[in-house]
Amino acid sequence: MSTLTKFLMIGALIAVSACTNAGRFGKGDGYGSGSGASGAIVPGSANDPSSTAYFNQTIGDRVHFLIDQSSLTPEAQQILNGQADWLSRNGDYVAVIEGHADEQGTREYNLALGARRANAAREYLISRGVAPNRLKTVSYGKERPIEICSNEACYAKNRRAVTVLAAGLTS
Amino acid sequence: MKRYMLSLLIGASLFFTNVSSQVAAQNGPLRIEITDGVIEPLPFAVPDFVPASGEAAQVGRDIARVIASDLTGTGLFRELPSSAYISQVRDFVAPVQYADWKAINAQALITGSVSVSGGQVTVQFRVYDVFSDAELGNGLQFSGSASGWRRMAHKVADAVYARITGEGGYFDSRVVFVSESGPKDNRLKRLAIMDYDGANVQYLTDSASIVLAPRFSPSGDRVLYTSYESGSPRIYVLDIGQVQRRVLQQQEGTMSFAPRFAPNGKTVVFSIEKGGNTDIYAMDIASGQTSQLTNAPSIETAPSFSPDGSQIVFESDRSGGQQIYIMPAGGGEARRISFGQGRYGTPVWSPRGDMIAFTKQNQGRFYIGVMRTDGSEERLLTASFLDEGPTWAPNGRVIMFARETQGAQGRSSLYSVDITGRNLKPVPTPDGASDPDWSPLQN
Repeated sequence: MSTLTKFLMIGALIAVSACTNAGRFGKGDGYGSGSGASGAIVPGSANDPSSTAYFNQTIGDRVHFLIDQSSLTPEAQQILNGQADWLSRNGDYVAVIEGHADEQGTREYNLALGARRANAAREYLISRGVAPNRLKTVSYGKERPIEICSNEACYAKNRRAVTVLAAGLTS
Repeated sequence: MKRYMLSLLIGASLFFTNVSSQVAAQNGPLRIEITDGVIEPLPFAVPDFVPASGEAAQVGRDIARVIASDLTGTGLFRELPSSAYISQVRDFVAPVQYADWKAINAQALITGSVSVSGGQVTVQFRVYDVFSDAELGNGLQFSGSASGWRRMAHKVADAVYARITGEGGYFDSRVVFVSESGPKDNRLKRLAIMDYDGANVQYLTDSASIVLAPRFSPSGDRVLYTSYESGSPRIYVLDIGQVQRRVLQQQEGTMSFAPRFAPNGKTVVFSIEKGGNTDIYAMDIASGQTSQLTNAPSIETAPSFSPDGSQIVFESDRSGGQQIYIMPAGGGEARRISFGQGRYGTPVWSPRGDMIAFTKQNQGRFYIGVMRTDGSEERLLTASFLDEGPTWAPNGRVIMFARETQGAQGRSSLYSVDITGRNLKPVPTPDGASDPDWSPLQN
């Protein structure tokens, strides 16, 4: 999808004031929520398979890891299969895979562990056909938790590798 | 004792001279052996320093208060309140009324004078071993700018501490750390520097990017740290005086982090991550020439030099979990030194060379501990939900670290503890704080 096409789609979205799922604009974006009454695919929304909202929500932009592990669970592999397929269909996107750890670990070690996790996801996507030059990694260690409680329910969500899409340089 | 006096004289750049003294320097019985486990702190008195003029009165009071705070803060000394004094010190050169100080059981007495002239402050002081009826060491004089009066107080306290304990002092030192604000899931971090006791906080960076783990150069004039300024972790060098920073050159790989200076101040040892694997490298700062010190598929990080520069202690999970290893400074075969239960990380070599401080994790708890460099005599000094990142006081007798509290409102702050495990106490900071690094004694 060219940048121009995306621009036009967003324009159309605004023009029709369509209802969308909370999508790529996040919560409270002023576009309302709920599915379109007709069931039609709203461009850019989470039910538009070429949208980043679809990637983030329907396919899943993140995989989770066991304590102190960087190997991919079968569930994580399934999500990454979907990510790889999406990236193959949408060749003008690149991605940065962010690796994260829970707070139970020392700072330097968690940086290295986050890098291991991000790299595990990257290697898997490459094995599924995504070009290596479309995938970068960065580790945040324990610096950017999304859940802030100090028990396993939160830790499990913080031990993650998140595939963050960006409009590609190749488009 | 003579040796300490000598190193003190060489070390201090503030101008100072011996005060002519009628009492010859002598070693009295006044002595604290730190390693013995002090049960009863040594009582001392430090009357307001005698002002040479009215304008010096306030700084004379302030200096005495900082000296008292330094000494009592060690847990080794107990100050006698001025309300208990029988005689007042109104004249620095007049003979000391030992009987009056014995009567209130002041074992040590610190007297001083202070004069202010043209923005300069001059401080003289003497230390008395009251029950020996004698002065302990020679009187000393410091001069400096009026704004540096706290440093002069710290230098006096360092001299007192050294004379009574036989150990080097640590009060005239600074701490660089990460100042933290904001909620746990959007924490803002910026570098800050302060005196060891929390005074004179100064910010060195803004909080636009995540910054981590600042580390002093051996002379205390520069700081290495890791920043996300470029989008991914890179190592920067900051000149404290200029507050100027630049990125360390030639950093290959995805991420570089965990830097520390070698004792020569020219080499930096740090971690580079490539393709998910983290190893340890050394770089000559001037030339950028880099050599790889470890080469393993495991995580090798948190390197720290021995004070003589010949060895590096680091952590590795090559055995399956984080453990501490020592290797030659040029790389090569490493020997594991940690063998207790749990995981060991963030090793830091003591400035005395005799011990390694570390963070230990075991069964959901974190500990700060020390062990000999061969791994023997492991001793855990603290325990909590999350204690991390020890740093040594310049004399190798006190450790500072960060403690983070549990839960959604969790907050990180600094603490210090003696290597005996006694005297655990918070170090005041304006906001949250983490990743402390203690400077050498200032010149």
